[in-house]
Amino acid sequence: MEFFKIRRDIPFMRHALVFNIISALTFLIAVALLAVKGLHFSIEFTGGTVIEVNYDHAADVDGIRKTLEQNGYTDFSVQNFGSSRDILVRLPLKEGQSSAALSESVMKVLSAKDASAKQQRVEFVGPQVGRELAENGALALLITSLGIVLYLAMRFEWKFGVAALIANLHDVVIILGFFALFQWEFSLPVLAAVLAVLGYSVNESVVVADRIRENFRKMRKAGVTEIIDNAITRTMSRTIITHGSTQLMVTAMLIFGGAALHYFALALTIGILFGIYSSVLVMAPLVRWLGVKREDLVKPVKDRKEEAVV
Amino acid sequence: MNRYPIWVYITVAVAVLLGALYTLPNFFGEAPAVQVSSARATIKVDNGVLSRVENAMKDKQIAPTGVYLDLTSLRIRLADTDTQLKAKDVISAALNPDPQNPSYTVALNLLSSSPAWLNAIRALPMYLGLDLRGGVHFLLQVDMKAALAKRMDSIAGDVRTSLRDKSIRHNGISREGSNIAIRFRDADAQDRARKVIVEFLPDLALTDTGAGDDLRIVASMRPEALKRTQEFALRQNIQTLHNRINELGVAEPIIQQQGADRVVVQLPGVQDTAKAKEILGRTATLEIRLLDEDNMNAAALMAAQAGQVPFGDEFYVERNGQPLLVKKQVVLTGDRLTDAQPGFDNQTQEAAVHLTLDATGARIFKDVTRENVGKRMAILLIEKGKGEVITAPVIRTEIGGGRVQISGRMTTVEANDTALLLRAGSLAAPMDIIEERTVGPSLGADNIRKGFESTVYGFTALSLFIIVYYTLFGVISALALVANLLFLIALLSLLQATLTLPGIAAIALTLGMAIDANVLINERIREELRNGISPQAAIAAGYERAFGTILDSNVTTMIAGLALLIFGSGPVRGFAVVHCLGILTSIFSSVVVSRSIVNLVYGSRRKLERIAIGNTSWK
Repeated sequence: MEFFKIRRDIPFMRHALVFNIISALTFLIAVALLAVKGLHFSIEFTGGTVIEVNYDHAADVDGIRKTLEQNGYTDFSVQNFGSSRDILVRLPLKEGQSSAALSESVMKVLSAKDASAKQQRVEFVGPQVGRELAENGALALLITSLGIVLYLAMRFEWKFGVAALIANLHDVVIILGFFALFQWEFSLPVLAAVLAVLGYSVNESVVVADRIRENFRKMRKAGVTEIIDNAITRTMSRTIITHGSTQLMVTAMLIFGGAALHYFALALTIGILFGIYSSVLVMAPLVRWLGVKREDLVKPVKDRKEEAVV
Repeated sequence: MNRYPIWVYITVAVAVLLGALYTLPNFFGEAPAVQVSSARATIKVDNGVLSRVENAMKDKQIAPTGVYLDLTSLRIRLADTDTQLKAKDVISAALNPDPQNPSYTVALNLLSSSPAWLNAIRALPMYLGLDLRGGVHFLLQVDMKAALAKRMDSIAGDVRTSLRDKSIRHNGISREGSNIAIRFRDADAQDRARKVIVEFLPDLALTDTGAGDDLRIVASMRPEALKRTQEFALRQNIQTLHNRINELGVAEPIIQQQGADRVVVQLPGVQDTAKAKEILGRTATLEIRLLDEDNMNAAALMAAQAGQVPFGDEFYVERNGQPLLVKKQVVLTGDRLTDAQPGFDNQTQEAAVHLTLDATGARIFKDVTRENVGKRMAILLIEKGKGEVITAPVIRTEIGGGRVQISGRMTTVEANDTALLLRAGSLAAPMDIIEERTVGPSLGADNIRKGFESTVYGFTALSLFIIVYYTLFGVISALALVANLLFLIALLSLLQATLTLPGIAAIALTLGMAIDANVLINERIREELRNGISPQAAIAAGYERAFGTILDSNVTTMIAGLALLIFGSGPVRGFAVVHCLGILTSIFSSVVVSRSIVNLVYGSRRKLERIAIGNTSWK
């Protein structure tokens, strides 16, 4: 079986401007969403208490809200989690209140109302931990970005490093944009997914860059545009098959993974889908605009040796 | 051209075999078990305990499926959870006749049900994190400021004593934050005081301030002494937590230092979080008081036992069962105790506990002992408002110098115990819970099922697709993926790295990403074939050309993985560990393992017309 039987190179670069406008627009929209709506951070970042409660029948979310209100709790949220029988109660941090007392008193209130209420999980994060997690997350993103640019600059050329990073950070911002738009919960596993996607989509850029370098050696007569077009066309089949395969796994996670893995899988899905587009159609035009030349990639002496192998 | 030397095939075969072997224990699952361990440092779990346990179970007709005795614990494997609960009660009753003062910790646990030969080669199932097995996780922050303040208070007392010993007049000593300020009226006293402090308290750094008749020495702790104080506080708190958690009866508690001032406590399988929190948050203090010996006659003791305690006294029962009347007035508290070590009496060679008091404590102790020679005093451990008399020795002489020896009617074992209790009975500094995660066991089991299902279904769909798309080469790629999964699980089992739900997600994701390498190779081979190269040459070129790309892309993925590993905590770290290991195993399996299979299938054929990698005839 073969999905892609492309005989002639597709002139991607002719439409480079269109792609760039699309990317710039989606990027700006995502940034605007982040600025206006902001991310809905999980308690891991903000600090607070989360209690997951299981009932043996569909939970009456409004009733639970009212009960908690009557018992003097404020600023909390109650929502279904995974199924109609599971709920998640979120409580903000309060000065001078220990987690131990809080989760127990909430459970007491809930079980008094409905004896089938069963505590499944409690998570409490103090303010200092939340701040640290947010700082470490930002640091991890920074180190990953720097590491990738450095590595690509070493293996290829700085233009590829910069172009690949812009392309993939563009993915990251778009994932975050989705999380801002739908106010999905941004938790630690989601952060892990975002960073994993960053590392993963750079693969695409690497594959295309590899091909561009190879083409510079083999296609002596061709211009930069032709070389990039050929590189994208030749690797397109592989890009889509690979992403499709990874997405198969992620889809299984989305369907069978339950509520705990839901947003993790969702972040991966967005990242993988946008990764196909951005790493190929954002990175390649950027490389061209940064002015990549044959001499950047093909070292004269090494070139002769490589030729002998081919 | 497509042949590997024989050692490569052997290496691959051995690797796959080892992978399969160490993956195996995960399929046997775990059986309910009861674990018996010692609750005190002085009690050993040995064959005697084993036979007592076996007899007790025989009486109640409980048949264990396996009994294992190692250096620190006895584990009894049972058929199901009902028998497990029953066995726990039976064993507990047999070993701890007095439930208030247990000698053994009897806890519920899970034991791997894999055969003995697997256990013998250390092939264990993966170590499941709390989100998969259920349990409690706490992150506690030690209040170092309080620990330091406490230490500085006692140092201020030392300064006061040493200045008085040298008859140096000062205008007051006070603690200001983490410094001690000593006031003087004249420069001469300030000068002499500095010399004394430098000589006797080398841990302090001194600065002179003030002018006229308000001269001051401001003393602060030197950085290295500061570090020592903090380390000491943390160590003591961890020791205390250990002792307390022993009471809870947790099979495999984890109590670890994290960073400079934090302690992680993980209690797998603990359901009663309220009790766990109460025990962790408990503050114990040590008190030294005098006995009310004037009133301690048989009649008064009987009355006290019945609830009529004389005014100003409290009724206690000593560890050996002797009733005591203890005065309410506190002579000294544990704050003044700087160390407690087991040892021997110099003259009688009796077992003893050596206490070291700080300067203020030493002075008070000297005064009190001088006035009460021949009388008895009691050392009490107060926890949650309830006291326990650890020991009630007779004061033989006046004791000065802050070095106190408790001896008499004590075995070496008891001396050890008492020293431990005195050292670790109280927390050096208060601790706050700054992170808590509690997961119920049903949720944990649910998480395992969901994680497992997504991996299995995703893997099946992926394999089917790749086989349909690349035919025989697809089968080979799928086999390489199976090898990858084996390696990954074997590594996780071997390293006993903690597997969490994000970790399971990482396994699935790693497999999904690992196929990238094989897709790259297969696409490359197709392309070379289309360019008209012979099948053998196409295979070789495909693998060689693709390798550089595979390496590059895995390095970039690895960079992200390592950043997560370094900066991540909790769930992210669980993800990162598996992700990083998965990248390593996938390079090996997708390149070396798949190539070995391809070479075995095609390598020996001289005249190879075509290979099964799907249709490549179109041009």
